Amino acid sequence: MSTEPAGAWHRLHPLSPVVRSGRGVLAVAAAVVITRSLRPGSHWWIDLVLPVVAALAAVASWLVTRWRLDGVTLRIESGVVRRDSRQLPIARIQAVDVVRPFLARALGLAELRVRLAGSSHADGRLAYLTEQAALDLRAYLLAAHHGVDPATPAPAERIALVVPTGRLVGSVLLSTLGSAAVVVVAGTVLAVVSPAGLAALGAALGVALLWCAIAFVSLVWRRVSTEYGFTVAQSPDGIRIRRGLLGTVAETIPARRVQAVRMIEPLLWRPLGWCRLEVDVAGSPGHDEADGSARMRKTLLPVGRRDEAGFLLGMAVGRPVPGLTRPPRRARWKTPLSYHFLAAGHDDGLAVSVVGRVRKVTTMVPLEKMQSVRFVQGPLQRRLALATVHVDAAGHVRAEFRERPQAQARLLVDELAALSREARRAPAADVHQGTDGPQAVGGPPAAGGPQAASVASPVNAAQSEA
Amino acid sequence: MPGAPQSMSPSPRLWRMRCTEVIAAAVVVAGLAGTGAGLAEGVAAALIVAVVVAAGAALVLWFARNRFRSWAYQERDEDLIVERGVLIRRLSVVPYGRMQFVDVTAGPVDRIFRLATVRLHTAAAASDARIPGLEREEAARLRDRLAALGEAKAAGL
Repeated sequence: MSTEPAGAWHRLHPLSPVVRSGRGVLAVAAAVVITRSLRPGSHWWIDLVLPVVAALAAVASWLVTRWRLDGVTLRIESGVVRRDSRQLPIARIQAVDVVRPFLARALGLAELRVRLAGSSHADGRLAYLTEQAALDLRAYLLAAHHGVDPATPAPAERIALVVPTGRLVGSVLLSTLGSAAVVVVAGTVLAVVSPAGLAALGAALGVALLWCAIAFVSLVWRRVSTEYGFTVAQSPDGIRIRRGLLGTVAETIPARRVQAVRMIEPLLWRPLGWCRLEVDVAGSPGHDEADGSARMRKTLLPVGRRDEAGFLLGMAVGRPVPGLTRPPRRARWKTPLSYHFLAAGHDDGLAVSVVGRVRKVTTMVPLEKMQSVRFVQGPLQRRLALATVHVDAAGHVRAEFRERPQAQARLLVDELAALSREARRAPAADVHQGTDGPQAVGGPPAAGGPQAASVASPVNAAQSEA
Repeated sequence: MPGAPQSMSPSPRLWRMRCTEVIAAAVVVAGLAGTGAGLAEGVAAALIVAVVVAAGAALVLWFARNRFRSWAYQERDEDLIVERGVLIRRLSVVPYGRMQFVDVTAGPVDRIFRLATVRLHTAAAASDARIPGLEREEAARLRDRLAALGEAKAAGL
């Protein structure tokens, strides 16, 4: 096993440069072949300079990249010209992903991505390790993160749900079909309304429709290929998600790192009783890569029935959804269209709100994770003695208690603030694991704060010192 | 909770600063537009322009006055409350433990009036706890207090 916890330096897998530069070199080589066939006279070796330089750079970058584990941090050093040495405190991990692009998968390699809160630049990426090494390292990091002896093997997982391919394809088609239909209808209306120059318009429409069709197919392909074989498993170290057709992604969201959960029910899915679940993890949304794993919003369920969603929801937030109440009828004057689904509610651990008419979104924010609570009242709302209460979670998610009676909303703000305070104090009895405390990790956390505080608050401990 | 924490408001100098800003802008606009109108149409036009600009400035001042009065903040044991807004009333409650960092900013005009803005940032993009127009000493006191409380009550993500 290459992930011995002892602090020795490790290299990445020797085939890493091949995988990293593989696609680029192949593309350039193909371009070279094409230009050679078009323009036979030129010096052939000039065309090879670029791919060779790229390959050399990849090899050099492999040579200078090394990583090691020392108890509480993962250290990664990289960079030829600009050395980059980064230390990732294991206690502050937000999520660990194992990503296998197609080429890497063919060679039996995998990339390990360690996500911390903050910008995506702060992520630790080890590309590439052998699959086994990546899995072992992930198990080590998660065990250390949860304060268990890091040498424990990865705990057994229990598969909670597999999304059937047929339903996935159907749901993707349905949701893209909606927008496609809008485009076609708009195009037809345009064609009918403007009688002059029909031929030119028809040609333009044809081209536009062709483009739409291409975009449509690529969109469907992208979503199906990234969410193919979607498997959710529950294990003591968190929720595991595996997905992907050609390249695969295995994500792990450690227990108690869930900032908010959203259940989305688009118009066309509702007759079928389908919905989608998304989980938000702290951190800013990084660059949106094709495999979608750079986002901090993770799909927990691409499409599923309500009972499946309910089960996963219970797994993610660890408590039943509280009862919801509707805003008073006079709110119709302010929100005639979206009044239909508006509802909100809370208990002593969870705030839930439902908004949206066409796309019904149910947002759940654990009060323990609440960042702030706000009372907002516009002029029209003041006329109607209504107000909206926002419960902000980390990032851009919030549960909005819309159109509550004014007096009730004002009390709600104080009540939510108090409940959130209590929820933060109570060190979560309902954690799946990790209640045995941090003593097994050994060594104080890097921030050097009081032990209890910095374990409960891995992020703030360092940032408030800065 | 030991005693009701009192509600504080920005320094009266903030109001003076707003007045100065509005009047200075009005004078410049009235000067330019009045000169233009005077050259083109005569003295009567210049006077009309001046009156219109003055009326506009008065309206803006009236609004700024209400806005200035609407600001209030309250340091409670566990959280900071910030109230603001005339047309849209807002009230934010930010627990100290959720604070990621505190910003103290002062623009050139702020500095002339020895004022500063304190802003509390959390991990949520939307939590908006900004208090403008604090006297420098008060801003420094608030910053230090918030930083200390944030560290003492830190609550992680």
